[in-house]
Amino acid sequence: MIRTPAFLSGLGRFYIGLVLLFLYLPLAIMAAMSFNVSPFYQLPFEGTTEWYLALSGNDSLIEASLNSLKIAVLTTIIATILGTAASLALFRYDFAGKRVIQSLLFPPIAIPWLISGTAMLIFFFGTGIGRGLHAILLGHVALALPYVIIVVSARLATFSRDLEDAAASLGASSWQTTWKVTLPCIAPGIVAGALFAFAVSFDQFVISYFLATPGQTTLPVEIYAAIRKGFTPEINAVSTIIILFSMGLMLVVSRFFRFGGSQ
Amino acid sequence: MAATMTQENGLRKAFPLLLPAYAWLTLAIFLPLSAMVYFSLLTSMSPSEQSSSLTLENYAAFFSDPLYVTLLLRSLRLGLVVTLICILVGFPAAYVLAKIFKGRAREAIFLLVILPFWSNSLVRVFSWSMVLREGGILDTALNSILPFEVTFDLMYSYPAVVIGLVHSYLPYMVLTCYLSLQAIDDALIEAARSLGASRLTTLRRVVAPLALPGVLAGSALIFIPVVGSFMEPRILGGRGGTLYGTVIEDQFTAVYNWPLGAALSFILLAVVLVILLVSAPVLRKTA
Repeated sequence: MIRTPAFLSGLGRFYIGLVLLFLYLPLAIMAAMSFNVSPFYQLPFEGTTEWYLALSGNDSLIEASLNSLKIAVLTTIIATILGTAASLALFRYDFAGKRVIQSLLFPPIAIPWLISGTAMLIFFFGTGIGRGLHAILLGHVALALPYVIIVVSARLATFSRDLEDAAASLGASSWQTTWKVTLPCIAPGIVAGALFAFAVSFDQFVISYFLATPGQTTLPVEIYAAIRKGFTPEINAVSTIIILFSMGLMLVVSRFFRFGGSQ
Repeated sequence: MAATMTQENGLRKAFPLLLPAYAWLTLAIFLPLSAMVYFSLLTSMSPSEQSSSLTLENYAAFFSDPLYVTLLLRSLRLGLVVTLICILVGFPAAYVLAKIFKGRAREAIFLLVILPFWSNSLVRVFSWSMVLREGGILDTALNSILPFEVTFDLMYSYPAVVIGLVHSYLPYMVLTCYLSLQAIDDALIEAARSLGASRLTTLRRVVAPLALPGVLAGSALIFIPVVGSFMEPRILGGRGGTLYGTVIEDQFTAVYNWPLGAALSFILLAVVLVILLVSAPVLRKTA
């Protein structure tokens, strides 16, 4: 146990407070402004729910939101299934080139999205895959896969192979072993991976931006277009909603998966 | 002999499980990146034209026009500035979190720090426009405290871009520093202190070297995307926010010179890779 003098630990707590203030103040202000009468964020503050009402009548924003949700759900399903299968293979079997296979997971995460996004645009356009929601889905799954594989593999690392061997020696087929023993044991990891995939897709802007077409677009792309056209207070309202939504989602994730917490 | 047998067997069994995921990655990441390299070698054309031939002129354009080099240097400098500020702000925060807070308070605050990271980055950048503009919150607050009138308008400026980017990427640095600081045994720090080292010496000679891998990992995670950023400078930088990333975006969404855009993207990728390779030995030595 290290003893830190009271004034130093007090200073430390104060500093963390400042950092949290920096992280949350602009978001809090945006949320407050979404309830302000003035569309130009003028003070004094006067409360209204006008912008949320306007939002409910904004068809293009609502359609874009539904697209975002649809793509995020599909991304979650596809990336979780493919990613879990790949994690199981990497966990169970040993083969030449395994390290290379594992290191191939990093380019989608590490390459700037601007580069992967424009590369997808070129390739999808050139091969006739084209742009639109299906192209966005292709890209989102590719971005989410590495996260699912990393999270599920982390959970598998705490799983004992002996359990699989025991099930096999008691006569379970490898299919039964997988469904009845392995998957239930790593379920929290799979759920966490799925929620990560959802968050990656739902918040993704850059890739969607290059692959969207005017009729087929997602919420962040629509928000960006609105910001660049000029300020619309409805954007504050919709932004506040999606920030609360994403953060709420990650609070749920944190119950399933501790991000390198105390242990 | 037996080992290679099981290895071959392993690959045969692993293959069907790996194939869907890696086929998808190939289709959506690896083939597009290869296509981009090929495209960067085509003569300038609009995407609808079919006639084009192989050329190096897009790469020549980068080196002959000082504008591109200037903008690339500007973007690299921005990456450096943002990374440094994130280290200066994030490391102490991670230290306090790892060594002063305990138990549930630590977990809760850790979650609070990384939570914004999982919300929409576009929206977070946008939220700063309400704080930084003239007549915005900061302006109003300063003027109500100060006895004299000041005009405070950081919106559409370089500092605004830096603030927005630091806000976006700070959680990365706190996360990676926290992970490596947490792994340091408190007994080491105690030993240094009981042997007479001052707090500062302990921090400099014991804690900092052990935490370096975390700092470097965080730096890589921040530097790479910041160099390629285009949305943040567009929203917060205004006219002065022209950077290498925004020029690439323009080639694809406004000018429609895709081959040039591909060449500029590929140069950015190459520069980032070279920087990573150069720093890799340092990383390995400290790890």
